[in-house]
Amino acid sequence: MPPFAAVNIRELIRPIGQLLLFSLGSAGVLSALVLVLALILDQTAVGLHLHDRYNVSLATYTLVNLPQVVIDGLTIGFVYAAIALGYTMVYGVLEFINFAHSEIFAVGAFVGVELLIALDHTGLLRSASLGMAYAYLTLALLMGMAAAGALAVTVERVAYRPLRGAARLVPLISAIGVSFLLQDVIRLVEGLTTGQFNRIMPTFGNFDRRIMLGRLALGDTTVPLGISVKSIIVITAAVLMLAGLNYLVNATRMGKAIRAVAQDRATASLMGINVNRIISLTFLIGGLLGGAAGVLYALKFTRIDPFVGFFPGLKAFTAAVLGGIGNLTGALLGGIVLGMLETFAGSFLGVFTMGAAGSEYKDIFAFSILILVLVFRPQGLMGRHVGQKA
Amino acid sequence: MSLLSLTDVHSFYGHIHALKGISLTVEEGEIVTLIGSNGAGKSTTLRTVSGLMHPGSGRVEFDGRDISRMEPHAIVAAGLGHVPEGRGIFPTLTVRENLEMGAFTVRDPEAVRERMAYGFELFPRLKERIDQHGGTLSGGEQQMLAIARGLMMQPRLLMLDEPSMGLAPVLVELIFDIVTMLNDKGVTILLVEQNALMALSVAHRGYVLQNGELVLNDTAANLRRDPLVRTAYLGMA
Repeated sequence: MPPFAAVNIRELIRPIGQLLLFSLGSAGVLSALVLVLALILDQTAVGLHLHDRYNVSLATYTLVNLPQVVIDGLTIGFVYAAIALGYTMVYGVLEFINFAHSEIFAVGAFVGVELLIALDHTGLLRSASLGMAYAYLTLALLMGMAAAGALAVTVERVAYRPLRGAARLVPLISAIGVSFLLQDVIRLVEGLTTGQFNRIMPTFGNFDRRIMLGRLALGDTTVPLGISVKSIIVITAAVLMLAGLNYLVNATRMGKAIRAVAQDRATASLMGINVNRIISLTFLIGGLLGGAAGVLYALKFTRIDPFVGFFPGLKAFTAAVLGGIGNLTGALLGGIVLGMLETFAGSFLGVFTMGAAGSEYKDIFAFSILILVLVFRPQGLMGRHVGQKA
Repeated sequence: MSLLSLTDVHSFYGHIHALKGISLTVEEGEIVTLIGSNGAGKSTTLRTVSGLMHPGSGRVEFDGRDISRMEPHAIVAAGLGHVPEGRGIFPTLTVRENLEMGAFTVRDPEAVRERMAYGFELFPRLKERIDQHGGTLSGGEQQMLAIARGLMMQPRLLMLDEPSMGLAPVLVELIFDIVTMLNDKGVTILLVEQNALMALSVAHRGYVLQNGELVLNDTAANLRRDPLVRTAYLGMA
């Protein structure tokens, strides 16, 4: 058997299957929980209230809405997962939390969107055929990735590497500094060019179309079930990237070197591995994933501003902690769980509390998880290291 | 010209003065051992040579080249292998992957295959464990893996740090047999050992370190007869 095996298709496909299985599993568990809750609440004033207004039981309402919630939850979950991988890879190799990663994400989003806005001004987007529309979107994705990757490598070189020998708190503070600096740089650049900080993703292609999967009866009305083309793109792009990352880390020479450096930096250097180059590579990969997540986020939510990275960044960090920071599989699963949980909360919180607490309180769940995990299971669900095979 | 030479090397851990002016040489084809008690500076000497730490002052030359400021990966590429204290096996890389990492600087897959086969010839046990994680191996198997991995880059000088540590006597014999055999095949060896008896039985020359200073430097045969060595390191009166 060759020591450095050529591309192994099974190695590439297996994790995708596992990923989908896990997604469905966690969707099932959350759905069951919500349904039980709905059945209980049906016996209370909450159920009666809903019944009076819509002539439908809370359990039915929940059941009918579930498929859409799962689809939306998966979409945002994959975005979180892609960002979380950046945190967790860097942590695995340096035991350091790159708090500037949220701005790496934001820069990716801005570069991608600015490119599309520029293309839009030339009129190319409006006249683009469907194939060209996808080509432009891919281009924007690649540009966002390239910019974010280059930025991540630069930030490490300039702001973290000189502090490598310092106490652990020092690079962390530097990272927070970089985070604020980048936010303001984005604000300055975007403000200077148009006087406005925010950007809107141009509308083109068929990305806003919803593919209708059917209608579900709900009392006197029906609820549409559909998936937007955007969501399909987000999920597909994320799954492909994650499979690629899995292959890179587990089956390539450089990936093995990343794992070796994560496990024992000194010994890795004795193997002839240039540790600094591997660290740069780790930041590059994290940046590429973060940049792609940024563009996908902009595609999904349309409007971005210089602070767009803050909440997704924090949540992806929570996802990484939930999965076990330093663990690649953990970050992936943590992202999916968190995205799903948040969407469930956002969708059902309102009706379950008779409107007292709407979807704007969904972040309570994400950050409660962060605190609970840190207190009760600081090693996270998977609780192993990036050195572990993902 | 010596293959390796240290000239008045001082090394520090923060404010701790760990090496206080070490000067030693290793000639091509030799087995040289460095003996001394815990904390004498044996491992620090190897770490200073392989670039894991840089000397505060003094000069380290390998093959006529000053390597005292070079990074470990570049020193390795120059042909100097270091099997570190505690073996440094990557616990969740498989035996195969650990060996592949040893050949990280080797770009020719055919050469990697050949060298891996050679490692399995030396230590057939490793072949049985090829897809097992390094962390699941026994101490003896880990030491075999560490040595086999150290040989993957085909170093001109191989530095071994306490290869006998924690091993059963029969394994210690095996390891030292292999050290001798590698030397017969032309690998120069710098051996750090607490097991002075074994070390002096395979080495040509030896240095005795105490508190970061060299106190003795002689042929292995003479050191075995030296009263200080006999009482302090060989446990004989």
